[in-house]
Amino acid sequence: MSVQVTVNGSATELADGATVATLVAGRSGGHDRVAVALNGDVVPRSRWTATPLSPGDRLEVLAPTAGG
Amino acid sequence: MSTSELVPALQQEEAADPFVLGGEAFTSRLILGTGGLPSLDVLERVVRTSGSQLVTVALRRVEAAAGSSMVGVLEGCGVRLLPNTAGCQTAREAVLTAQLSREAFGTDWIKLEVIGDERTLLPDAVELLDAAEQLVAGGFTVLAYTNDDPILGRRLADSGCAAVMPLGSPIGSGLGIRNPHNIALLRELVDVPVVLDAGIGTASDAALAMELGCDAVLLASAVTRARNPERMALAMRQAVEGGRLARSAGRIPRRWHAEASTSMAGLPDL
Repeated sequence: MSVQVTVNGSATELADGATVATLVAGRSGGHDRVAVALNGDVVPRSRWTATPLSPGDRLEVLAPTAGG
Repeated sequence: MSTSELVPALQQEEAADPFVLGGEAFTSRLILGTGGLPSLDVLERVVRTSGSQLVTVALRRVEAAAGSSMVGVLEGCGVRLLPNTAGCQTAREAVLTAQLSREAFGTDWIKLEVIGDERTLLPDAVELLDAAEQLVAGGFTVLAYTNDDPILGRRLADSGCAAVMPLGSPIGSGLGIRNPHNIALLRELVDVPVVLDAGIGTASDAALAMELGCDAVLLASAVTRARNPERMALAMRQAVEGGRLARSAGRIPRRWHAEASTSMAGLPDL
């Protein structure tokens, strides 16, 4: 079983039972100040482990960069 | 006076005239954007040389984001981080970006940008005001990047923005301040700090902003894309301080004809 979601614009297959926390662990690339949006809403860090992912979810996983 | 001698003198002037923004006092009136620098090493030197205490940052997808060490470098410089909503074109996007920034950076300060299109990067007044109202209601300290429109600036101030930040000219254009009269009018109309944001090309532009009564200057490209960013950072620091001093010193009135400074009394008949 797997869950099809869209992460940062790309179709992604995750293991069944995946949560925001497991997704971030695999995608954060060493960033420690990651923020996550799920279907257009912020998911606070405190809720990452308790937020399961469902088929069709759209996620944005963001990190700090330079900007003006 | 050498650079090393000059910086302490500037620090004295800056400390004697604090800049209060969102309830916090800063000695520097130069807010620095970080976009466009070639390396973290140059970033650190530029931030330190500029004397800036408030530095803008952004959020992007992790694949495109800078290394995690950027925030570490900025924290090492002791500056406060000011996340932006660069690239957002609707109030909904900007509000969500501000909420994500609060998560990522642990601050409720936000430089609110809502642009109308990618060609001009000019603010979309309708979406901007909507976003400002929502963010103020959500407890954010909103620094609103806006058009050089005094009435819109007043609406943003009335909505509870902590600062109104009019553009001098389009972002990254280096065209300076195209409508100085509007900037001065805006300064008269609002009680919150006015920060000239966008369009600065060189030191004289920053000095002019301060002479017009702006409380601070926010710039990025003028320094980060200069041939020598560190030297330009020092130039901007001096320009902001010089403009501020000139403003408070009270400039002479403009005259159509000359007025001699040497007395005509006692002029010999040769």
